[in-house]
Amino acid sequence: MTVADTVIDIERLSLTFPSSDGDVLALQDIDLTIRRGDFVSFIGPSGCGKTTLLRVIADLERATAGTILVNGITPKQARLARAYGYVFQAAALYPWRTIAGNVALPLEIMGLKGEAVRSRVGKNLELVNLAGFENKYPWQLSGGMQQRASIARALAVEPDLLLMDEPFGALDEIVRDHLNEQLLQLWAKTHKTVVFVTHSIPEAVYLSSRIVVMSPRPGRIHDIIDSDLPRERDLSIRETQAFLQLAHRIRAGLRAGHSYDELA
Amino acid sequence: MSRGGSTLLPVLVVTLAIILLWYAGAAALNLAWERSVAQRAGTSPSLIAMLGNTMNQERPVLPAPHQVLHEIAETTIHKKITSKRSLVYHAGITLSSSLLGFALGTLLGILLAVAIVYNQALNKSLLPWIIASQTIPILAIAPMIIVVLNAVGVQGLLPKAFISMYLSFFPVAVGMVKGLNSPESSYLDLMRTYNASRIQTFFKLRLPTSLPYLFTSMKVAVAISLVGAIVAELPTGAVAGLGARLLAGSYYGQTVQIWSALVVASVLAALLVVLIGWLGDWVNRRMGLLRE
Repeated sequence: MTVADTVIDIERLSLTFPSSDGDVLALQDIDLTIRRGDFVSFIGPSGCGKTTLLRVIADLERATAGTILVNGITPKQARLARAYGYVFQAAALYPWRTIAGNVALPLEIMGLKGEAVRSRVGKNLELVNLAGFENKYPWQLSGGMQQRASIARALAVEPDLLLMDEPFGALDEIVRDHLNEQLLQLWAKTHKTVVFVTHSIPEAVYLSSRIVVMSPRPGRIHDIIDSDLPRERDLSIRETQAFLQLAHRIRAGLRAGHSYDELA
Repeated sequence: MSRGGSTLLPVLVVTLAIILLWYAGAAALNLAWERSVAQRAGTSPSLIAMLGNTMNQERPVLPAPHQVLHEIAETTIHKKITSKRSLVYHAGITLSSSLLGFALGTLLGILLAVAIVYNQALNKSLLPWIIASQTIPILAIAPMIIVVLNAVGVQGLLPKAFISMYLSFFPVAVGMVKGLNSPESSYLDLMRTYNASRIQTFFKLRLPTSLPYLFTSMKVAVAISLVGAIVAELPTGAVAGLGARLLAGSYYGQTVQIWSALVVASVLAALLVVLIGWLGDWVNRRMGLLRE
């Protein structure tokens, strides 16, 4: 593995949030390398720091110790270079902009104009199967379509890295299955590196080439699993033995990391 | 239209109740005068006759609604607009200075809000002064402002507009500070991931999200800017404007004139508030913030 194949390199990273009743250790001694073209999922219960870790990669939070490099530069430099697209849990589409207007937003900020914006908007809406919805407002679309629009918006800056924070967490299972399939097709088509936060075990196994199992209080990495499932897969793979074994290993990891204590 | 239909009846009922109470009040308050007239004349008319007379006194303590309506009709429809006795003329003068003051106040309020939101030092230093400015009784400071402005040669519309601005910038500033700070954190994070400049974040995010707040506070501001213009006309012995009509009416005990000026002023304020409300709805709908 050459250095050029490493997209994200994290060493002994910790993050403490100051609070009125003492500091909260959100992330402790995180060591992680993410290779180009990987689909990496962070899985764990609430409070395990998976979203915080994603936000550190995106430079929306700053680590208090350790080092992190994104594309060989600091997260801040990577953010300034618009090296990644970020998809939030809520679609976070601006309600006063049409779908096309929302996808055009990052492009306008980059200073693109006219035909350059139009062609990129059209291309990315097509990529998420939303061609024809350009002039609709977000509230006129279903939750799943809104989230697809927000993925198109993240892809519009043409980043090599896609950071997704529980993007399908608020959707029902049928829609989620459908979007998972589409996301895999998108990943196969675009060869992007994806970092995906989830708390659904089937979703993590179905999507990922690597799964990072995290445990809470303080947030640590408990296990890193390289998936041996073929890259080309459809939903029926969830009935196979290999799939169930991976799901079992994740569940065992979550249990060993005390993720199930105090829950429910 | 369904919304209009459901609010029309309650509004009519309340209006009717107010008119009835008004008539009752007029009868009760004006009866004493009828009694003293009868006593001086040495006659003893029936109560019914006296009550009838309370409705049409020359200088009643409380004029009856139909007297006020009659006076308004006399001084609007039946007078030329250029006449010094036309209420339309006087209302126009007050309206022009209050609208100018409202425009200036809205502008000032927006600028102050932007300064406060974008500068921590200004937030700490400006906000106490803005609040203090509204604790000063406007009746006390209005003549001072007009005298000072007069001394430096500013006359006519501007001094009155200045009082309106003084009152109307406050709700706009407070509402806009809230509005500019209202974007959800994920909306702001998104701008950060795009490496957007502060100016881009302002025009593409903070300003659009603040518009509903702006129109809500503009409704308050337009009403008090009219109050400001009337108050500004009172202490200066202004010869024109609704305030001048109130003043002249009270000099000569013309209660009917005072009440008709009051009614015209409140109708004017209500119309302005409704107008701003419509404008706000229209903008919000165009922005996709109000669904239909």
